Amino acid sequence: MNLTLLVWRQQSRESAGAFVTYTAENISPDASFLEMLDVVNEALIARNEDPIHFEHDCREGICGSCGMMINGTAHGPLGGTATCQLHMRHFQDGQDVWIEPWRARSFPVIKDLIVDRSPLDRIIQAGGYISVNTGSAVEANTLPIPKPVQELAMDAAECIQCGACVAQCPNGAAQLFTAANVSHLGLLPQGQPERQQRVLRMVEVMEEYFGSCTLFRECEAVCPKEISVDFISRMNRDYLGATMRTRKAPVTS
Amino acid sequence: MKLESNIPPGPLEKKWAYAKSHYKLVNPANKRRYDIIVVGAGLAGAAAAATLGELGYNVKCFVYHDSPRRAHSIAAQGGINAAKNYRNDGDSIYRLFYDTIKGGDYRAREGNVYRLAELSVNIIDQAVAQGVPFAREYGGALENRSFGGVQVSRTFYARGQTGQQLLLGAFQAQERQIALGTVKQYNRHEMLDLVVVDGHAKGIITRNLVTGKIEAHAADAVVLGTGGYVNVFYLSTNAKASNATAIWRAYKRGAAFGNPCYTQIHPTCIPQSGEYQSKLTLMSESLRNDGRIWVPKQQGDERAPGQIPESERDYYLERKYPSFGNLAPRDIASRAAKEACDDGRGIGASGRGVYLDFADAIKRLGRPVIEERYGNLFEMYHDITAEDPYEVPMRIYPAPHYSMGGLWVDYNLMSTVPGLYVIGEANFSDHGANRLGASALMQGLADGYFVLPVTIGDYLATQFGKKVAADRPEFAAAVADVNDRVGRLLSAKGTRSVDSYHRELGTIMWDYCGMARTADGLKKALTMIRELREQYWRDVRVTGTGEEPNQALEKAGRVADFFELAELMCVDALHREESAGGHFRAEYQTPEGEAQRNDEEFLYVAAWEYKGEGNEPVLHKEPLLYEEVKLATRSYK
Repeated sequence: MNLTLLVWRQQSRESAGAFVTYTAENISPDASFLEMLDVVNEALIARNEDPIHFEHDCREGICGSCGMMINGTAHGPLGGTATCQLHMRHFQDGQDVWIEPWRARSFPVIKDLIVDRSPLDRIIQAGGYISVNTGSAVEANTLPIPKPVQELAMDAAECIQCGACVAQCPNGAAQLFTAANVSHLGLLPQGQPERQQRVLRMVEVMEEYFGSCTLFRECEAVCPKEISVDFISRMNRDYLGATMRTRKAPVTS
Repeated sequence: MKLESNIPPGPLEKKWAYAKSHYKLVNPANKRRYDIIVVGAGLAGAAAAATLGELGYNVKCFVYHDSPRRAHSIAAQGGINAAKNYRNDGDSIYRLFYDTIKGGDYRAREGNVYRLAELSVNIIDQAVAQGVPFAREYGGALENRSFGGVQVSRTFYARGQTGQQLLLGAFQAQERQIALGTVKQYNRHEMLDLVVVDGHAKGIITRNLVTGKIEAHAADAVVLGTGGYVNVFYLSTNAKASNATAIWRAYKRGAAFGNPCYTQIHPTCIPQSGEYQSKLTLMSESLRNDGRIWVPKQQGDERAPGQIPESERDYYLERKYPSFGNLAPRDIASRAAKEACDDGRGIGASGRGVYLDFADAIKRLGRPVIEERYGNLFEMYHDITAEDPYEVPMRIYPAPHYSMGGLWVDYNLMSTVPGLYVIGEANFSDHGANRLGASALMQGLADGYFVLPVTIGDYLATQFGKKVAADRPEFAAAVADVNDRVGRLLSAKGTRSVDSYHRELGTIMWDYCGMARTADGLKKALTMIRELREQYWRDVRVTGTGEEPNQALEKAGRVADFFELAELMCVDALHREESAGGHFRAEYQTPEGEAQRNDEEFLYVAAWEYKGEGNEPVLHKEPLLYEEVKLATRSYK
């Protein structure tokens, strides 16, 4: 199949960017989207042009490195897949494909389709952990955890920190990401001692960098791991409860 | 160069306790005066950075990704082994130790492996305490499943995402230390050289992947947790950026490389579908708990699998290895798949594939149970191939996956360069010639959480007052070396892209240094690699400049190092005239086609020393002394 790609190119953070048109030729329907871009890049290198820069690594939907807006939707048309898992059989021969970096003020462009997602790590630094030093753990089976609780915590823990939720949200909010992490740890018995401080601090840092959630639910629709907005509701309840019960200790980062 | 394994004295089960009681310690108030560089933040690196930070050291952690959590440890699917014996099926620390030594085809160090088995139980405790959501039984206790090469159920897992969940535990612990200020994180920084001052590792040179700036960083010790090198084959289960540069640069600065030819080919990966293929996707070994592997009995049988009756199917692993069946270890299962395909009974368009069939398991357990165990793996397979494993058998084929070889380290995980520590897949130590499933996660975390933080103190205590600053001439010299290399790659301005060279190198390695190796093939490969490498430096085309994000330049440096590593792998494979684990020399096999070891002549670790550009590396042998385990022919019948 052949496709017309309209790709955002931007030399650096400060430069103005623009859409550049490319043709992707003779692409197999079994190829993945990023393999298609690899093919286009090899052709660009053959013409001595700078290849399209995009972040990627595992090519199997788990590292969270890859991500682009494909025809306006984060990670493309399928839902429940990361960009690297999207295969060309879901496109039509002759189709136009618009490819842009994550659209969010909190994720400035570094080059072409690569953006800076470091605010997400800042949120984790504010409390997305359980404070237990190496060597001080109790025997693992001392703590029975009901299977439904573990399964729900696992659902939340599937987040790959790709940032699609932020990119797709009209407000540029990071609620789904933060809620996934807060919920994973807050549902488990191990996470109880720090549950209140965790949600207060993480939400504070989140609000410093990102927009506010008004439950559009676009995030859930594009999340490669299909994380539910129920976790956002859970986080909101947690946050409300925490504000009633405690004063927030200062954020250390 | 002298190889001292520094294995502690005494009975096997007391060695680690002895070591811990006798290491020199660093006073708690002094720890913050020591700077430790950790390169890589996968399971080993993140666990080490976090633990060293908790202890109070000043840690500087470098990763080339945008966040530590992108490390390829995250992709591990199936599980992590531990000798908890929760299943009450006869497991013990000794048994895990023994299974690992045997699985490694008696080419690993006893002391290291026993310690690994001991620490496996602590890892599970630590992970659970961090909130890793391992699968549970209905009563709330942890669940286990079986993995290849063993007859007990000792693997802990979190759906098909065990790697991600364990990495998140370590990553979160690391981020906590970053917030507390004990760990300074340098994301998007790639290590391009090691700095050795007066014979000790005292820093690294990095390239900032955004600005292109080359910088020197000094420390009291350097730790490499930079992963494995099977991307030398181009097509592997590794992530695209996974590379050998950090350990290769260390090798060229004096760190001996152990057993480079011991690479693991994983039996169950999705077969290649086209020329554009960028990597091979792993289908977790855990699938072999319930899936049955088969090929048609007839050569060239092109019928759809559903139309081949049971009597015409060859469940070859069950046939050849009755007591282990589909859970035969990886090297054995991979070679058996190759044998079946070489025999003309491979399936799929390329003839390079075998079936992994869940029909019986679905009938026996019901679809909901299979969905719960393997749901996300089945989805992943379906996304890639558009085939539904609930309806038709999966098509799989072996692919390069893991490197048992790596930088040589002693019992304390220190390389032959004092002050340079190597942890996780980057080192050679624990898996011998073949790694068992679910043990890579175990080794990375054992090294990072429990071994390194203790052993490094023993070295640092000798370094008090010997701090080295980055203004020493050795740093400037290393910066100049790096600039020179980068400059040469950019200025070649040749005709072929980096990827095209990488693919060609990968094909040479797969054909001649893959699952089955011969003396003639390896010699041929050496000639081809040397020629291609020379052509590469003259003719590679790297677009762009060095002062900006430049992915072509990043790849170019990594592939340049792969060329050199490929040569060393072939040299090592050529010298080792036996078959052991993942290293199969067709000239040395039993009448039944199994690996034939030569314990008389090859019961040692091959540690190679770099002797400069254009010179042959020198082989040093560390004899393997088995006090506890009796050497036997490794059989899984």
